[in-house]
This record gives sequence, structure tokens and C-alpha cells, in this order.
Amino acid sequence: MKFDTVIIGGGLSGLTCGIRLMEQGRKCAIVSSGQSAIHFFSGSFDLLSRVNGQEVTNPLESIHSLPSEHPYQRVGQANIARLAEEAPQLLDRAGMVFAGTAKRNHFVLTPMGTMKPTWLTLDDFTSFAKNDKLPLSRATIVNLQGFLDFHTLFIKDGLTRYGVEVQVRNVAMAQFEAIRRNPSEMRSSNIAKVFDQGDALDQFAEKVNKLGKESDVIILPAVFGLFNTTVPAALKARINKPVVLLPAVPPSTPGIRCQIQLRQRFQELGGTHFLGDMVREGKFKGNRLRYVNTNNHGDIQLEADHFILASGSFYSKGIKAGPYGLFEPIFGLDVDGENEREKWFDKQVFNNQPYMHYGVRTDARFRPMINGQPVENLYAAGSVLAGSNPLKEGSGAGICLLTSLHVAEQILQDQDDEERYI
Amino acid sequence: MKKDTFEPYNISDNDFEQCVKCTICTVYCPVVLVNPDYPGPKQAGPDGERLRLKNPDYFDEEALKLCLNCKRCEVACPSGVKIGDVIQAARIKYGTKRPTLRDAIMANTDLVGTMASAFAPIVNTTVALKPVRQIMDKVLKIDHHRIFPKYSGEKFETWYRKHAAAKQDGFKKCVSYFHGCYVNYNFPQLGKDLIKIMNAAGYGVKLLEKEKCCGVALISNGLVKQAARQARHNVRALQKSIVENGHPVVSTSSTCTFTIRDEYPHLLGVNNEDVREQTELATRFLFRLIDGEKLQLVFKKNYSARVAYHTPCHMEKLGWSIYSTSLLQMIPGLELMQLDSQCCGIAGTYGFKKENYETAQGVGQPLFTQIEEADVDCIATDCETCKWQIEMSTTAKVKNPVAILADALDIEATQALWQQQ
Repeated sequence: MKFDTVIIGGGLSGLTCGIRLMEQGRKCAIVSSGQSAIHFFSGSFDLLSRVNGQEVTNPLESIHSLPSEHPYQRVGQANIARLAEEAPQLLDRAGMVFAGTAKRNHFVLTPMGTMKPTWLTLDDFTSFAKNDKLPLSRATIVNLQGFLDFHTLFIKDGLTRYGVEVQVRNVAMAQFEAIRRNPSEMRSSNIAKVFDQGDALDQFAEKVNKLGKESDVIILPAVFGLFNTTVPAALKARINKPVVLLPAVPPSTPGIRCQIQLRQRFQELGGTHFLGDMVREGKFKGNRLRYVNTNNHGDIQLEADHFILASGSFYSKGIKAGPYGLFEPIFGLDVDGENEREKWFDKQVFNNQPYMHYGVRTDARFRPMINGQPVENLYAAGSVLAGSNPLKEGSGAGICLLTSLHVAEQILQDQDDEERYI
Repeated sequence: MKKDTFEPYNISDNDFEQCVKCTICTVYCPVVLVNPDYPGPKQAGPDGERLRLKNPDYFDEEALKLCLNCKRCEVACPSGVKIGDVIQAARIKYGTKRPTLRDAIMANTDLVGTMASAFAPIVNTTVALKPVRQIMDKVLKIDHHRIFPKYSGEKFETWYRKHAAAKQDGFKKCVSYFHGCYVNYNFPQLGKDLIKIMNAAGYGVKLLEKEKCCGVALISNGLVKQAARQARHNVRALQKSIVENGHPVVSTSSTCTFTIRDEYPHLLGVNNEDVREQTELATRFLFRLIDGEKLQLVFKKNYSARVAYHTPCHMEKLGWSIYSTSLLQMIPGLELMQLDSQCCGIAGTYGFKKENYETAQGVGQPLFTQIEEADVDCIATDCETCKWQIEMSTTAKVKNPVAILADALDIEATQALWQQQ
């Protein structure tokens, strides 16, 4: 099977690469070993929230304080500034509306009742300009009876510190009795499925309106709109006070919706999406990757001019740690990181953990290497890259989106160069 | 550094230790959506398995029976856990209830098929009668909404021996055809279509030595010993064809293919190592030849159709819909649209059972809506039970991609291409 580009990994990074290349008329396939980390989406994409422990106001300006091996530094500040404008437009074309700018972080309320700086926020959620005070004085938090994945007392405690008067209320509805019978299945996605159809949303809004009469804002768990994209807007239209949705414990309802919208956009553009398949190995000729073999396709190879490795970090098994060191499991690419186990961890769990920085080593064009030699037509994007600590920096989604757009540009340029030679 | 071969130590064959309880499987379970009595794949699968290993009393037969075995949880799982296998293996290991008469009848497709074919006109008319369906509903608990697929008066195997067998020796290259029960007892035309295509492509088509039902319905209805017996028999027949005679095996049913390749070793413990790779769908076999520039198909110039492809669950699990859709897209006059892949709800015999009727129709509803909204001449799909379900639940006609290909193929022109060489 022949494609222009084969992308290994179907998460935020792989889908961004795929959509960008398909939009430019390249024929792409994505091989994804199951669903991705977008299912854990909080509703906001961070670009850069902290550098050296200090909160960042303007991510674009603060990039220069990052170490030189950081993916942002390697993409280049001017490129980051340009691509950071393009990313929300790509998401918008896929049907998702995000608010925010890379020039100035805004703030969102977290499920712990604290404020967190961020870059882009999905329109389900509420953006705040400041983090030292909230534009509200009385809030009603409404949860569904029996829903254990939304921790109302944390939120109440947090909001009280901002001087907000908070009441917590529960709503019981007959529509949820069936899923409540099994408390471990009273999960956000199952609740969202009930709200996706029928009249549950109307009844819920009616109850909430009664409970929230005295408040100037209603706080609800983000359990609206799983397969039905119209539900969040319908909810807000039916509730007569401003609604602030807060993420619940994953799987995230808005995250799954975004994953589906990204995948559909990729497929509508003509992309081929292989879900539940895994790349086993690749066949090289000199410094070029000729094709890859997958579990499902067996001897039928996936050939391409270019390949992108967007297989994620440790959690997604893009990088693995074995008893004898670190390795990249598909091609055996060079990994940036210590091989001695003792050096992986800092004993203080909240410190900057060395292993968080590990990933594949790439050249200036983001091409991974084997024994120090870059593979000519293989690129790496997203969390498989070395050189950052997404957790400490608040940079995970930004790295995925922006290195993916950058790598897509490298490939488009590469192809243009080749055509010029011909 | 060199690629490391270290793999975490597992005690199970289905990787249930790899479950991180992320719940993504439950999001994509079609049963959870419509039937709250089903605890969901995470609970029924890896979570329940932990408990069952402690104490088999935690096995809940009635709950686990609700699993369709569609494997959509496995396709979604980011950790590679074979959740569907965990659930089905638990039913096999801990199940105590004997199958009912109804389940035994529905599972024994070969026996029932042979008898019904012999009296096809009578059987077809009788089981379609409303009063008869009411009696089957009351007595056997087969839902009265269901209409059984018609039986053919002449079995495919009989037709093959009479009309096709002799010609097949004239080909240098050969494949064996695993026709399955549907082609043999209900719809021999699909088998005839396959022979037409393979012959045009330069391949003779043989039958396996005494093919038996793949056993999928036996597994799902708890007749595991019989399923394993049939599996062992079929593997021997496949070995004879593939290993001894060098004839790869093709099929026109995604579920038969999936069962032979994956359920035999995973659920029945029947080793199929030496035949698995060369047992596949005919569309994959043809795609490989065309992709490797070893075959060219020529299509009729005047063929025209608008077709929507439905990906059956086991096809989704195999990851092979690309082969069928790519072949269909090669037909110049054919306009193909892809339906958003969702379970149709029938799951073989599951949807025929009275107690599952509502769940089955609820599961299928989003697919039925898509189909009714699609402006197409027919639906294409590689699974016969999906075909029954869609035809029973919508106004659409459903065809196997092989039937469409056979219709559109210019036999003489295709043959001429390789005969010239």
C-alpha cells in the first residue's frame, strides 16, 4: 500500500500532522494503536505556563529562557509565533472553537478550585483574564447524584479562597437510575450519552435553574456532548445563568468529542485511519525508511515517501524503559536520556524529574537518528521528542501542535525541493 | 542503542495485566449505550477478571452474556488489552449453564442448514409465516420480528461439484475457498461470484476437504467443546490445502475469517500458526496481487452505482476494510461513501434472541439512521449477519463487495490480460 506520508500515532500530534498534510493534498495514513491521550483532555491547550518555576505571562517572549535543546527553541521563536496563529485555525476548520492567544496566557478554573494559566481554551469552558480574583460573588455547584468523578468540595474550598460564596447541590434524575445501579459505571461518558439524546437535558436545566436562583454563576461537570456536538450550546441556552463547566475525572467528554472531530476531519479530507493497529518494524535502504509493517496488514507493507513518528512518550509506549536502559521500540532510534536507572529519578517526587525530558534524538530538521545518522525521510513530532518537561512547563499540547505543524512544513518543503530537482 | 527485546512479564494471554483502568473501552461499547444491565467491557473484562481469579463466584453469567463480542473495546484500548477475549474466555472457563434448545439449534448451522436446504421451499415459507414466528417467539424465544434468511434448495457444495469443480483443474494457480454456512445453505450466488472473479484473475478455486462451520455461533452459545472439535477439523483441512498443496485459503465472510485466525488460538486453544497468515478474505488476497502489480482487473465501461460501505465489527478488528473499499474504488463507475463504523447490533445469533431484540435494535439505530440518510443504490459489507440485520431494519439492499466486483468485472478483458503473457 502506497501513501505520500505514513504517520505512526493517532493522538493530537499525529492527527495534526495528518490534517495539515491532507489539507495540502498529500495522501496520508495514520496507524494508531488504540485511542489516544486526547481522551484525557482538560479542555485547554497549554503553550508555556512556567519557566524555572515562574509563571509565564507571555509564552512567546518566555521561550527564549528555555534551554537550547527544547523543542520550541529548535523550531525557532519566529516559527513558533507563526505556527501558534495557525494551530487554532486548523482546529477551527475541524469544527472546534478555541479562545486564546500565544502572546498572553489566560486563566481557567481547575477542578481543584484553583486558577491555571493556559493558551487555548475550548468554547465549552470559561476563560478568565486574571488569576487573582474571579468576576463572581455567588456560585452554585451542581453535581449529579451518585457521580463520584466530580469533587465538589475541592472546588468549593478553592472558590472560597477567592471570596466566592458557594453552595453545593445534587440533582437526581430518573434517567440516571439505570447507570447508577453500578457505581463504577456512573462515569462522565455514560452520563454524557444520556444527555446526547432525549429530554434529559431539558429536565436537568429546569432543576438547575430552580437551584441556582440566588447565584450569579452555575458550575457543572463537563459531561455534555459526547457524540452529539450540539449539547454544550443547548445546555447553556437552557440555563438562565452563566455556566462554568469544569473537567471531571477522565475519560473526558469534550476530549472524546475533539478526538472524533479531528479524526473525522482527517477522514473527510481523504486520510486513511488505521485504528487498533501497531507498526511492528520498518525496512530501511541506506538512510531511507522504505516501508513499515503492521500487525493487521502483515506482509502487505505500508510504503511512503515520508514517515512521521508521533508515537508519544512513555505512557503511549513511544519510548520504553527496560532493565538495561531506554529504547525506542519500533525502529531502535537513538534516545536522548540516561541509560542508568538511578539517574532517571529525583527522589523528591515533585522535583523536575529527569525521565520527563527523555525522548528520541533528532537533527535540526526533526529527523530521528540511528547511530548518529539521521533517517532521511523520517520525522518526529510531539511528546516522543526529547528536551522538555511538559508537566513542569505546561507545554505538552503546545509541543504536540506546534512541532507537528513544523514537521508537516518540513515535509512539504522536502517534497517541493525534490520536485524542483526533477 | 540497539532495539531492546524486553517485554513485561505477563501471566495471561490476553494482556489483562496491562489494563490501566482508563475506561476508554466503555466509551466505545455499543451495548453500554443501550442496555444498562451490561456492566461494560472494563467491569466485565479486566476488572471482573481480577475478582474471578480470586474467587470464581464473582463470575456473573447473566451480565457477561450481554457482551456482543464485537471487539470494539479491543480496537479502542490504548494498552493492547484483549478485553473481548477476557470476557469470552471467562464465559468458557466459568460458565455452568447448559445451552438451551434454541441456542443449540441456532448454533448448529451445519446441521440445521443441511436439513433446511433439503426442504427449502417448505422451510422458507413456514418460518416466514406470522403464526409460526409467534410460536417460535413463545416456545423458542426467537424474536418474532426476525425473519430467517432463506435457504437455498441446492447447497453451494452440490452446485460446485456439478458445475464448477472440473473446470478448476485447468488453472496453474489455485486457492481454496472457505465458503462458510451462509454461502453453502443460504446464498450460493456469492460463492459463484467469487469463482467468477478468481477464475478471471487466473486462479482456480478448490474446496477444503469437508469444511465445517467456523464455529463462531457455537462459541457464543456456549457449545465450546463442539466448537473446538470443528476448529481442529478445519485447521487440519486448512493445513492440507495450505501446507501440503500450496493453495492459500480465501473467504468471503469477515467473521469466519476472524474466527479462524484469532478466536481459534485465543478462545479455543487450537493452534493455527502454520495456516493463519494464508487464511484471509478474498478482497485482501486480490488487493495484494493488484498492489504488487501481479494482477489487473478490467471493469465494464457502462457500470454505474452509488455504494456506501459498512465496516462490520470483526472487519474493524481485523483492520481490513481498506482492502474491500480499495477494490470497490477501482470500479470506474462506482461512487463509494464510507459509513461511520458502528455495530449493527445483530452479532450473529445474539440479535435473534427475544431477550436481546431491543438491545440489538438500539445498538444498530445510529447505523440505520446513517443508512436511511445516505443516498445510495446499495450498502456493501463483508459480513452476512450485518446484511440480514440491515435488510431487516432499513429499506436498503446489502451486497458483499465480492458480489459487486463480480457484477462490474469485465471477465473476458481481465482474462485476456494474463492469458496474453
